[in-house]
Amino acid sequence: MEAIKPQIAQEAIKAQVRQYISANFLMGGNVADLRDDDSFMGQNVIDSAGVLELIAYLEQTYGIEVDEDEMIPDNLDSLNGIGHYLQRKLGGARA
Amino acid sequence: MLLHHFLERTAARLPEKAALVCEEGTHTYGEINQGAARLAAALASCGVRRGDRVAIFMPNCARAVVAIYAVLKLGAVFAPLNPLTRTEKLGHVLNDLRASCLITHSSLHAVWNGAMAQAKSVHTCIVADQNQSDAAAVAREDEVIDQDLASIIYTSGSTGEPKGVMLTHLNMVSAANSVMAYLGYREDDVILCALPLAFSYGLYQVLMGFKAGATVVLERGFAFPKRILELAAQARVTVLPGVPTAFNLLTNLATLSRYDLGRLRMITNAAAPLSEEHIGKLRALFPQATLFSMYGLTECKRVSYLPPEQLDLRPLSVGRGMPDQELWLVDEAGRRLPDGATGELVIRGSHVMRGYWEKPVETAERLKPGPLPGERVLYSGDIFRSDAEGYLYFVARKDDIIKSRGEKVSPREVENALYRLPGVLEVAVVGVPDTVFGQAVKAFVVLGPGRRYSEREIIGHCGARLESFMVPKYVEFVDGLPKTDNGKIKRQALG
Repeated sequence: MEAIKPQIAQEAIKAQVRQYISANFLMGGNVADLRDDDSFMGQNVIDSAGVLELIAYLEQTYGIEVDEDEMIPDNLDSLNGIGHYLQRKLGGARA
Repeated sequence: MLLHHFLERTAARLPEKAALVCEEGTHTYGEINQGAARLAAALASCGVRRGDRVAIFMPNCARAVVAIYAVLKLGAVFAPLNPLTRTEKLGHVLNDLRASCLITHSSLHAVWNGAMAQAKSVHTCIVADQNQSDAAAVAREDEVIDQDLASIIYTSGSTGEPKGVMLTHLNMVSAANSVMAYLGYREDDVILCALPLAFSYGLYQVLMGFKAGATVVLERGFAFPKRILELAAQARVTVLPGVPTAFNLLTNLATLSRYDLGRLRMITNAAAPLSEEHIGKLRALFPQATLFSMYGLTECKRVSYLPPEQLDLRPLSVGRGMPDQELWLVDEAGRRLPDGATGELVIRGSHVMRGYWEKPVETAERLKPGPLPGERVLYSGDIFRSDAEGYLYFVARKDDIIKSRGEKVSPREVENALYRLPGVLEVAVVGVPDTVFGQAVKAFVVLGPGRRYSEREIIGHCGARLESFMVPKYVEFVDGLPKTDNGKIKRQALG
């Protein structure tokens, strides 16, 4: 039995992170243009220092620690990447 | 000598050599040169002429480099713009330049699409990753001379308006020659450039790398330090230019030793000074690499470097100049000061800019008469102290520029954005110490009666108008701001 349905959890995470990115990095109304699989770097949404801020936000909001080995584009460069990553991370912590 | 001759000579000598390595693949000198000639022909057929300004608004990629050289070959002036620039500012800069043409990238569509509506002078917009230029490369008579402008590079000023630094071919060739004289990039070098091409420190990695016939590996930033290390190991990088925030990221990785960076022979730092702790770390981690601590400003590209053998003696100095350039300190009255004094740094050389684009008042503040008739020297606006042997130590900026993430942030520019918000009565923006970024931007905001904004709303408003490094990290709502007797806000009293 699962505490949270994985799909719902991921969507909620993505919505929350989207909100954060919109407030901190995006040009106001264009948040709808950011697709779930868009690369933040590729779309020039976040710069190098921004990734650090994003990591700090994720750590604070979800009570996790992003390990050095996890600081890779696959995990942190798109909403989908973050959704998957956090789900693995949170699932692992709960188990 | 013109700036693009560096590329053309190397392309003639080493057409098959890898010039650029980036996400899309490897490009030889011959390909870059040919691509630039084709794009130059296409631009010419669109009516772009000698002296016209062409804005290049692209992320770091081979097409951006091709665009730069195409503009130069045409005798036009390239203005490299940071891909984090927002719509409103892009529109402003395009108008300020009275740009004829914008060369950009589809990933930035949301930004330039809006800006184009405001920019009446732009008659041609080329989306470099979509428009295939099939124009035949035409050999052109070179009518450009080295007194012509090669580039206009935007920099933040204390007045809040971004200023375009006008650089001639002579300025840029001279700067590249001086820097190359002490750095000595070689044909067998592999230079990892993750600095933006809109930043002269990044741009010159390509200009100088191409002069040497080296290979430049272009990355979009230091965001994923492990990726940088992987790339550095894989591409057998020999030269790593960076800024303190980037080196901070890299040296803090516990897994750094996993990567084989044995080829790395040179590390350079600019934009902000490295702390002694970081110097020590870098030297311990990369004992085989020579570390160059440097200081410069867009207005002349580079001023000084610390000869590496001086690192142990005076680690915090930026040195005492570079080849083919003279510098000295002056007091408030403009009098030359002896070694051991503190004053504003003045720079004399062929690399000193022609001024700020269409800003005579700001230009006159920086460029003042030099020793020879008609000559102008650059007043840097930076205060330095020198030791008995003339080595320079940075003290402070004359104005209140904030250095956030290695980028210059003008408090005025952020304040101007904040003032656009209805109900904002007064604002003051200052730099506050930040462990990660050196300084973080903090805004003090006074709201009119009955107005309510959350910190997030203020930050969001700025995020829509400013590059992310300018956006305040902290917002404090206050009832009033400290003022001087003549009513000016005292920024120094905040923070």
